[in-house]
Amino acid sequence: MIITLIDYGMGNHLSVRNALKRLGYDSSVSQDPAVIKSSDLIILPGVGSFRRAMENLNRLGLSEVIRLAATENGTPTLGICLGMQLLGSESTEDGVCEGLRLIENKITKLDGSSDIRIPHVGFNNVYWETNNDLTVDINQNSDFYFTHSYAMKDDDKTADYIYCDYGMPFVAGFRKENVFGVQFHPEKSQKNGLKLLKNFLEIKRA
Amino acid sequence: MALAKRIIPCLDVDKGRVVKGVNFVGIRDAGDPVEIAKRYNDQGADEITFLDITASHEGRDTTVHMVEAIAEQVFIPLTVGGGIRELDDIRRMLNAGADKVSINSAAVYNPEFVKAASDKFGAQCIVVAIDAKQVGDNHWEIFTHGGRKATGINAVEWAVKMAEFGAGEILLTSMDRDGVKSGFDLGVTRAIVDSVNIPVIASGGVGNLDHLVDGVKIGHADAVLAASIFHFGEYTVQQAKQHMAAAGIEMRLD
Repeated sequence: MIITLIDYGMGNHLSVRNALKRLGYDSSVSQDPAVIKSSDLIILPGVGSFRRAMENLNRLGLSEVIRLAATENGTPTLGICLGMQLLGSESTEDGVCEGLRLIENKITKLDGSSDIRIPHVGFNNVYWETNNDLTVDINQNSDFYFTHSYAMKDDDKTADYIYCDYGMPFVAGFRKENVFGVQFHPEKSQKNGLKLLKNFLEIKRA
Repeated sequence: MALAKRIIPCLDVDKGRVVKGVNFVGIRDAGDPVEIAKRYNDQGADEITFLDITASHEGRDTTVHMVEAIAEQVFIPLTVGGGIRELDDIRRMLNAGADKVSINSAAVYNPEFVKAASDKFGAQCIVVAIDAKQVGDNHWEIFTHGGRKATGINAVEWAVKMAEFGAGEILLTSMDRDGVKSGFDLGVTRAIVDSVNIPVIASGGVGNLDHLVDGVKIGHADAVLAASIFHFGEYTVQQAKQHMAAAGIEMRLD
Protein backbone atom coordinates (compact mmCIF):
# COMPACT_ATOMS: atom_id res chain seq x y z
CA MET A 1 0.00 0.00 0.00
CA ILE A 2 1.36 3.42 -0.95
CA ILE A 3 0.81 6.03 1.77
CA THR A 4 1.94 9.51 0.83
CA LEU A 5 2.31 12.51 3.08
CA ILE A 6 2.11 15.68 1.04
CA ASP A 7 5.22 17.81 1.39
CA TYR A 8 4.56 21.50 0.94
CA GLY A 9 7.19 22.77 3.33
CA MET A 10 5.00 23.14 6.42
CA GLY A 11 4.30 19.76 7.90
CA ASN A 12 5.55 17.83 10.86
CA HIS A 13 5.94 14.70 8.74
CA LEU A 14 8.22 12.82 11.04
CA SER A 15 5.74 12.49 13.91
CA VAL A 16 3.04 11.19 11.62
CA ARG A 17 5.45 8.77 9.93
CA ASN A 18 6.69 7.54 13.32
CA ALA A 19 3.11 6.81 14.33
CA LEU A 20 2.41 4.98 11.06
CA LYS A 21 5.61 2.99 11.51
CA ARG A 22 4.51 2.00 14.99
CA LEU A 23 1.31 0.67 13.38
CA GLY A 24 3.40 -1.32 10.89
CA TYR A 25 2.99 0.89 7.83
CA ASP A 26 5.66 2.46 5.65
CA SER A 27 4.96 5.88 4.22
CA SER A 28 6.74 8.39 2.05
CA VAL A 29 6.82 12.15 1.80
CA SER A 30 6.37 13.68 -1.62
CA GLN A 31 5.43 16.71 -3.65
CA ASP A 32 5.56 14.79 -6.95
CA PRO A 33 2.12 14.82 -8.63
CA ALA A 34 2.73 11.39 -10.16
CA VAL A 35 3.44 9.84 -6.76
CA ILE A 36 0.44 11.55 -5.19
CA LYS A 37 -1.86 10.40 -8.02
CA SER A 38 -0.78 6.77 -7.65
CA SER A 39 -1.10 6.71 -3.84
CA ASP A 40 -3.59 4.49 -2.04
CA LEU A 41 -3.89 6.90 0.86
CA ILE A 42 -3.01 10.58 1.11
CA ILE A 43 -2.24 12.45 4.31
CA LEU A 44 -2.07 16.22 4.40
CA PRO A 45 -0.32 17.24 7.61
CA GLY A 46 0.51 20.79 8.54
CA VAL A 47 1.23 23.36 11.17
CA GLY A 48 1.48 27.11 10.73
CA SER A 49 -0.47 29.71 8.83
CA PHE A 50 -3.34 28.89 6.46
CA ARG A 51 -2.43 31.56 3.95
CA ARG A 52 1.21 30.52 3.68
CA ALA A 53 0.19 26.87 3.36
CA MET A 54 -2.23 27.63 0.49
CA GLU A 55 0.40 29.78 -1.22
CA ASN A 56 2.83 26.87 -1.05
CA LEU A 57 0.29 24.32 -2.29
CA ASN A 58 -0.71 26.58 -5.17
CA ARG A 59 2.85 27.46 -6.10
CA LEU A 60 3.83 23.78 -6.18
CA GLY A 61 0.75 22.98 -8.26
CA LEU A 62 -0.45 20.60 -5.56
CA SER A 63 -3.89 22.07 -4.87
CA GLU A 64 -5.28 20.70 -8.10
CA VAL A 65 -3.42 17.40 -7.70
CA ILE A 66 -4.95 16.84 -4.24
CA ARG A 67 -8.42 17.86 -5.42
CA LEU A 68 -8.30 15.47 -8.37
CA ALA A 69 -6.92 12.58 -6.32
CA ALA A 70 -9.65 13.03 -3.72
CA THR A 71 -12.52 13.55 -6.16
CA GLU A 72 -11.81 11.76 -9.46
CA ASN A 73 -9.61 8.99 -8.07
CA GLY A 74 -11.54 8.64 -4.84
CA THR A 75 -8.31 8.30 -2.88
CA PRO A 76 -8.95 8.34 0.89
CA THR A 77 -7.43 11.62 2.06
CA LEU A 78 -6.83 12.72 5.65
CA GLY A 79 -6.03 16.28 6.68
CA ILE A 80 -4.45 16.74 10.10
CA CYS A 81 -4.64 20.02 12.08
CA LEU A 82 -3.88 22.80 9.59
CA GLY A 83 -4.11 20.08 6.93
CA MET A 84 -7.78 19.58 7.86
CA GLN A 85 -8.47 23.30 7.71
CA LEU A 86 -6.92 23.47 4.22
CA LEU A 87 -9.60 21.02 3.01
CA GLY A 88 -12.25 23.63 3.87
CA SER A 89 -13.66 26.48 1.79
CA GLU A 90 -11.93 29.50 3.33
CA SER A 91 -10.19 30.80 6.44
CA THR A 92 -10.17 34.24 7.98
CA GLU A 93 -6.57 33.82 9.20
CA ASP A 94 -4.46 36.78 7.90
CA GLY A 95 -7.38 38.02 5.78
CA VAL A 96 -9.80 35.75 3.94
CA CYS A 97 -8.02 33.01 2.00
CA GLU A 98 -9.60 30.27 -0.13
CA GLY A 99 -8.93 26.62 0.77
CA LEU A 100 -9.06 23.40 -1.27
CA ARG A 101 -12.87 23.33 -1.03
CA LEU A 102 -13.17 19.58 -0.59
CA ILE A 103 -15.71 20.42 2.07
CA GLU A 104 -17.69 23.68 2.19
CA ASN A 105 -16.77 24.62 5.73
CA LYS A 106 -15.38 27.95 6.86
CA ILE A 107 -12.53 28.39 9.32
CA THR A 108 -12.62 31.23 11.84
CA LYS A 109 -10.78 32.18 14.99
CA LEU A 110 -11.84 30.54 18.25
CA ASP A 111 -14.00 32.87 20.28
CA GLY A 112 -11.74 34.40 22.91
CA SER A 113 -14.48 36.55 24.44
CA SER A 114 -15.47 33.76 26.78
CA ASP A 115 -13.13 32.71 29.54
CA ILE A 116 -10.78 30.59 27.43
CA ARG A 117 -7.13 30.80 26.49
CA ILE A 118 -6.01 30.85 22.89
CA PRO A 119 -4.37 28.82 21.42
CA HIS A 120 -6.42 25.84 22.55
CA VAL A 121 -3.60 23.59 23.76
CA GLY A 122 -3.87 20.20 25.39
CA PHE A 123 -6.05 17.11 25.60
CA ASN A 124 -9.75 17.70 25.19
CA ASN A 125 -12.62 15.28 24.77
CA VAL A 126 -14.51 14.76 21.53
CA TYR A 127 -17.98 13.42 20.78
CA TRP A 128 -20.14 12.58 17.80
CA GLU A 129 -23.73 11.87 16.87
CA THR A 130 -23.09 9.41 14.05
CA ASN A 131 -20.32 6.85 13.99
CA ASN A 132 -17.98 7.02 11.03
CA ASP A 133 -14.97 5.04 9.83
CA LEU A 134 -12.61 7.08 12.00
CA THR A 135 -14.46 6.43 15.26
CA VAL A 136 -14.49 2.60 15.12
CA ASP A 137 -13.62 1.15 18.57
CA ILE A 138 -13.04 4.62 20.03
CA ASN A 139 -15.16 5.66 23.01
CA GLN A 140 -17.28 8.79 23.05
CA ASN A 141 -15.55 11.55 25.03
CA SER A 142 -12.06 10.18 24.40
CA ASP A 143 -9.28 12.74 24.74
CA PHE A 144 -7.15 13.93 21.85
CA TYR A 145 -4.34 16.46 21.71
CA PHE A 146 -5.22 19.85 20.19
CA THR A 147 -3.11 22.89 19.46
CA HIS A 148 -4.78 25.57 17.34
CA SER A 149 -6.27 29.06 17.34
CA TYR A 150 -8.61 28.72 14.36
CA ALA A 151 -11.42 26.20 14.03
CA MET A 152 -13.74 24.78 11.39
CA LYS A 153 -17.51 25.21 11.37
CA ASP A 154 -19.94 22.48 10.28
CA ASP A 155 -21.56 24.44 7.42
CA ASP A 156 -21.64 21.41 5.09
CA LYS A 157 -24.56 19.29 6.31
CA THR A 158 -23.69 16.28 4.13
CA ALA A 159 -20.67 15.24 6.21
CA ASP A 160 -20.35 13.17 9.40
CA TYR A 161 -18.77 15.11 12.24
CA ILE A 162 -16.74 14.69 15.39
CA TYR A 163 -17.07 17.70 17.71
CA CYS A 164 -15.14 19.31 20.52
CA ASP A 165 -16.25 22.18 22.78
CA TYR A 166 -13.90 25.02 23.59
CA GLY A 167 -15.72 28.28 24.14
CA MET A 168 -17.94 27.05 21.32
CA PRO A 169 -18.51 23.69 19.63
CA PHE A 170 -16.24 23.25 16.61
CA VAL A 171 -15.36 20.51 14.12
CA ALA A 172 -12.78 18.19 15.68
CA GLY A 173 -13.05 15.78 12.77
CA PHE A 174 -15.19 14.95 9.74
CA ARG A 175 -15.84 12.44 7.06
CA LYS A 176 -17.24 13.46 3.72
CA GLU A 177 -17.17 10.44 1.40
CA ASN A 178 -13.47 9.62 1.06
CA VAL A 179 -12.25 12.93 2.50
CA PHE A 180 -11.39 13.00 6.21
CA GLY A 181 -10.04 15.60 8.55
CA VAL A 182 -9.04 15.87 12.19
CA GLN A 183 -8.24 19.11 13.98
CA PHE A 184 -6.36 17.28 16.73
CA HIS A 185 -3.05 15.48 16.33
CA PRO A 186 -3.71 11.71 16.35
CA GLU A 187 0.05 11.12 16.17
CA LYS A 188 0.36 12.93 19.52
CA SER A 189 -2.70 11.47 21.24
CA GLN A 190 -1.26 8.19 22.49
CA LYS A 191 -3.44 5.12 22.12
CA ASN A 192 -6.64 6.89 21.06
CA GLY A 193 -4.68 8.65 18.33
CA LEU A 194 -2.95 5.52 17.10
CA LYS A 195 -6.32 3.75 16.99
CA LEU A 196 -7.83 6.53 14.91
CA LEU A 197 -4.91 6.47 12.47
CA LYS A 198 -5.29 2.71 12.20
CA ASN A 199 -8.97 3.20 11.36
CA PHE A 200 -7.97 5.53 8.54
CA LEU A 201 -5.33 3.11 7.25
CA GLU A 202 -7.94 0.38 7.03
CA ILE A 203 -10.28 2.40 4.85
CA LYS A 204 -10.53 0.95 1.36
CA ARG A 205 -10.47 3.10 -1.73
CA ALA A 206 -14.01 3.50 -3.07
CA MET B 1 -15.55 17.19 30.56
CA ALA B 2 -13.35 19.97 29.29
CA LEU B 3 -9.83 20.81 28.33
CA ALA B 4 -7.69 18.78 30.73
CA LYS B 5 -4.88 20.25 32.79
CA ARG B 6 -1.55 18.83 31.74
CA ILE B 7 1.31 17.18 33.61
CA ILE B 8 4.61 17.66 31.84
CA PRO B 9 7.68 15.79 33.10
CA CYS B 10 10.82 17.72 32.25
CA LEU B 11 14.16 16.24 31.27
CA ASP B 12 17.11 18.55 31.95
CA VAL B 13 19.77 17.02 29.74
CA ASP B 14 23.50 17.64 30.05
CA LYS B 15 25.92 15.90 27.68
CA GLY B 16 23.38 13.24 26.85
CA ARG B 17 22.24 12.44 30.40
CA VAL B 18 19.18 13.53 32.37
CA VAL B 19 20.35 15.53 35.37
CA LYS B 20 18.70 17.55 38.07
CA GLY B 21 20.34 20.31 40.03
CA VAL B 22 19.26 22.33 43.03
CA ASN B 23 18.79 25.98 42.10
CA PHE B 24 20.47 25.11 38.80
CA VAL B 25 23.71 24.15 40.56
CA GLY B 26 24.76 20.76 41.94
CA ILE B 27 23.96 18.10 39.40
CA ARG B 28 22.58 14.59 40.03
CA ASP B 29 22.42 11.94 37.28
CA ALA B 30 18.95 10.53 36.60
CA GLY B 31 19.59 8.41 33.52
CA ASP B 32 19.15 8.06 29.79
CA PRO B 33 16.76 10.60 28.20
CA VAL B 34 15.22 8.18 25.72
CA GLU B 35 14.47 5.55 28.37
CA ILE B 36 13.08 8.11 30.75
CA ALA B 37 10.91 9.76 28.10
CA LYS B 38 9.52 6.36 27.16
CA ARG B 39 8.75 5.59 30.80
CA TYR B 40 6.82 8.86 31.25
CA ASN B 41 4.95 8.28 28.00
CA ASP B 42 3.89 4.87 29.31
CA GLN B 43 2.84 6.39 32.65
CA GLY B 44 0.39 8.71 30.86
CA ALA B 45 2.33 11.98 30.75
CA ASP B 46 0.50 14.59 28.66
CA GLU B 47 3.66 16.05 27.13
CA ILE B 48 7.40 15.89 27.61
CA THR B 49 9.81 18.80 27.78
CA PHE B 50 13.47 18.27 26.94
CA LEU B 51 15.79 21.06 28.06
CA ASP B 52 19.34 20.87 26.77
CA ILE B 53 21.36 22.53 29.49
CA THR B 54 24.72 21.75 27.85
CA ALA B 55 23.90 24.55 25.44
CA SER B 56 27.31 24.32 23.78
CA HIS B 57 27.39 24.13 20.03
CA GLU B 58 29.23 20.79 20.07
CA GLY B 59 26.32 19.26 21.94
CA ARG B 60 23.72 20.24 19.33
CA ASP B 61 24.06 17.14 17.16
CA THR B 62 23.69 14.89 20.19
CA THR B 63 20.49 16.72 21.09
CA VAL B 64 19.09 16.36 17.58
CA HIS B 65 19.75 12.61 17.63
CA MET B 66 18.14 12.24 21.05
CA VAL B 67 15.09 14.17 19.97
CA GLU B 68 14.82 11.86 16.96
CA ALA B 69 15.11 8.79 19.18
CA ILE B 70 12.51 10.10 21.63
CA ALA B 71 10.09 11.07 18.85
CA GLU B 72 10.16 7.49 17.56
CA GLN B 73 9.02 6.14 20.93
CA VAL B 74 6.79 8.81 22.34
CA PHE B 75 3.36 9.65 20.94
CA ILE B 76 2.68 12.77 22.95
CA PRO B 77 3.90 16.32 22.27
CA LEU B 78 7.58 16.98 22.74
CA THR B 79 8.99 20.43 23.51
CA VAL B 80 12.71 21.06 23.11
CA GLY B 81 14.54 23.98 24.67
CA GLY B 82 18.06 25.15 25.40
CA GLY B 83 20.16 27.09 22.96
CA ILE B 84 17.34 27.95 20.55
CA ARG B 85 18.69 31.17 19.05
CA GLU B 86 17.95 31.16 15.34
CA LEU B 87 15.13 30.17 13.04
CA ASP B 88 17.37 27.39 11.78
CA ASP B 89 17.66 25.92 15.31
CA ILE B 90 13.87 25.72 15.38
CA ARG B 91 13.67 24.12 11.97
CA ARG B 92 16.24 21.48 12.99
CA MET B 93 14.37 20.55 16.16
CA LEU B 94 10.98 20.40 14.43
CA ASN B 95 12.49 18.27 11.67
CA ALA B 96 13.94 15.95 14.30
CA GLY B 97 10.43 15.37 15.67
CA ALA B 98 9.92 18.12 18.26
CA ASP B 99 6.45 19.65 18.26
CA LYS B 100 7.40 22.87 20.01
CA VAL B 101 10.53 24.73 20.92
CA SER B 102 11.13 26.69 24.07
CA ILE B 103 12.91 30.03 23.61
CA ASN B 104 14.55 31.58 26.63
CA SER B 105 17.54 33.97 26.56
CA ALA B 106 17.29 34.56 22.81
CA ALA B 107 13.90 36.18 23.46
CA VAL B 108 15.39 38.46 26.10
CA TYR B 109 18.24 39.58 23.83
CA ASN B 110 16.09 39.89 20.74
CA PRO B 111 12.31 39.92 21.32
CA GLU B 112 11.77 40.24 17.56
CA PHE B 113 13.06 36.68 17.26
CA VAL B 114 9.86 35.46 18.92
CA LYS B 115 7.81 37.38 16.37
CA ALA B 116 9.77 35.96 13.46
CA ALA B 117 9.60 32.43 14.88
CA SER B 118 5.85 32.61 15.49
CA ASP B 119 5.24 34.04 12.04
CA LYS B 120 7.31 31.35 10.36
CA PHE B 121 6.35 28.24 12.31
CA GLY B 122 3.06 29.23 13.97
CA ALA B 123 2.33 30.29 17.55
CA GLN B 124 1.39 26.72 18.48
CA CYS B 125 5.02 25.62 18.43
CA ILE B 126 6.59 28.63 20.13
CA VAL B 127 6.91 28.41 23.90
CA VAL B 128 8.59 31.33 25.61
CA ALA B 129 10.41 30.28 28.76
CA ILE B 130 10.56 32.85 31.52
CA ASP B 131 12.96 32.39 34.42
CA ALA B 132 11.74 34.69 37.18
CA LYS B 133 12.99 35.59 40.65
CA GLN B 134 11.15 37.53 43.29
CA VAL B 135 12.91 40.85 43.93
CA GLY B 136 10.27 42.57 46.08
CA ASP B 137 6.64 42.47 47.17
CA ASN B 138 4.61 41.34 44.17
CA HIS B 139 7.60 42.09 42.00
CA TRP B 140 9.42 39.49 39.93
CA GLU B 141 12.24 39.97 37.45
CA ILE B 142 13.62 37.96 34.55
CA PHE B 143 16.97 36.28 35.05
CA THR B 144 19.12 34.61 32.40
CA HIS B 145 22.13 32.28 32.45
CA GLY B 146 20.48 29.74 34.71
CA GLY B 147 19.37 32.39 37.18
CA ARG B 148 22.74 34.09 37.57
CA LYS B 149 22.20 37.21 35.51
CA ALA B 150 19.57 39.84 36.34
CA THR B 151 17.99 41.72 33.43
CA GLY B 152 15.88 44.27 35.29
CA ILE B 153 12.87 43.22 33.21
CA ASN B 154 9.55 42.89 35.05
CA ALA B 155 8.37 39.30 34.60
CA VAL B 156 4.65 40.03 34.32
CA GLU B 157 5.13 42.81 31.77
CA TRP B 158 7.50 40.55 29.86
CA ALA B 159 4.92 37.75 29.69
CA VAL B 160 2.34 40.18 28.30
CA LYS B 161 4.82 41.37 25.67
CA MET B 162 5.77 37.82 24.66
CA ALA B 163 2.10 36.91 24.23
CA GLU B 164 1.69 39.95 21.98
CA PHE B 165 4.76 38.92 20.02
CA GLY B 166 3.22 35.57 19.17
CA ALA B 167 4.21 33.13 21.91
CA GLY B 168 1.78 30.21 21.98
CA GLU B 169 2.53 29.32 25.61
CA ILE B 170 4.55 30.59 28.55
CA LEU B 171 6.78 28.23 30.51
CA LEU B 172 7.24 30.02 33.80
CA THR B 173 10.05 28.85 36.07
CA SER B 174 10.59 30.30 39.48
CA MET B 175 14.35 30.35 39.92
CA ASP B 176 14.08 30.71 43.71
CA ARG B 177 12.13 27.49 43.83
CA ASP B 178 13.81 25.35 41.20
CA GLY B 179 15.01 22.11 42.75
CA VAL B 180 14.07 23.28 46.26
CA LYS B 181 10.87 21.23 46.47
CA SER B 182 8.88 23.79 48.45
CA GLY B 183 6.16 24.25 45.83
CA PHE B 184 5.61 26.64 42.93
CA ASP B 185 5.86 30.38 43.44
CA LEU B 186 2.08 30.76 43.26
CA GLY B 187 2.25 34.55 43.38
CA VAL B 188 4.09 35.02 40.12
CA THR B 189 2.18 32.15 38.52
CA ARG B 190 -1.17 33.73 39.32
CA ALA B 191 0.03 37.22 38.35
CA ILE B 192 1.11 36.04 34.90
CA VAL B 193 -1.89 33.76 34.31
CA ASP B 194 -4.18 36.71 35.09
CA SER B 195 -2.30 39.00 32.71
CA VAL B 196 -2.12 36.91 29.53
CA ASN B 197 -4.63 34.98 27.45
CA ILE B 198 -2.28 32.16 26.37
CA PRO B 199 -1.68 28.95 28.32
CA VAL B 200 0.84 29.13 31.18
CA ILE B 201 2.92 26.18 32.37
CA ALA B 202 4.07 26.45 35.99
CA SER B 203 7.53 25.12 36.79
CA GLY B 204 10.08 25.08 39.56
CA GLY B 205 9.75 23.81 43.10
CA VAL B 206 7.51 20.75 42.99
CA GLY B 207 8.29 18.48 45.94
CA ASN B 208 5.01 16.62 46.39
CA LEU B 209 1.71 16.01 44.64
CA ASP B 210 -0.18 18.70 46.55
CA HIS B 211 2.15 21.26 44.98
CA LEU B 212 0.82 20.23 41.57
CA VAL B 213 -2.74 20.71 42.80
CA ASP B 214 -1.87 24.15 44.20
CA GLY B 215 -0.28 25.19 40.89
CA VAL B 216 -3.62 24.67 39.17
CA LYS B 217 -6.08 25.57 41.92
CA ILE B 218 -4.27 28.57 43.42
CA GLY B 219 -1.81 29.52 40.69
CA HIS B 220 -4.43 28.89 37.96
CA ALA B 221 -1.79 27.32 35.72
CA ASP B 222 -2.95 25.44 32.63
CA ALA B 223 -0.19 22.87 32.98
CA VAL B 224 2.34 21.86 35.61
CA LEU B 225 5.90 20.81 34.96
CA ALA B 226 8.00 18.74 37.32
CA ALA B 227 11.26 16.82 37.15
CA SER B 228 12.84 15.33 40.23
CA ILE B 229 9.68 13.94 41.86
CA PHE B 230 9.36 11.67 38.83
CA HIS B 231 13.02 11.01 38.01
CA PHE B 232 13.93 9.34 41.25
CA GLY B 233 10.82 7.23 41.54
CA GLU B 234 9.08 9.11 44.35
CA TYR B 235 5.89 9.27 42.32
CA THR B 236 4.76 8.05 38.92
CA VAL B 237 3.07 10.42 36.51
CA GLN B 238 -0.07 8.32 36.80
CA GLN B 239 -0.12 8.74 40.60
CA ALA B 240 0.20 12.49 40.11
CA LYS B 241 -2.71 12.53 37.66
CA GLN B 242 -4.90 10.46 39.97
CA HIS B 243 -4.08 12.76 42.87
CA MET B 244 -4.98 15.87 40.88
CA ALA B 245 -8.19 14.28 39.58
CA ALA B 246 -9.16 13.35 43.16
CA ALA B 247 -8.71 17.03 44.06
CA GLY B 248 -11.35 17.88 41.47
CA ILE B 249 -9.06 18.88 38.60
CA GLU B 250 -9.96 17.83 35.05
CA MET B 251 -7.29 15.34 33.99
CA ARG B 252 -6.85 12.91 31.10
CA LEU B 253 -6.99 9.51 32.73
CA ASP B 254 -7.80 7.10 29.90
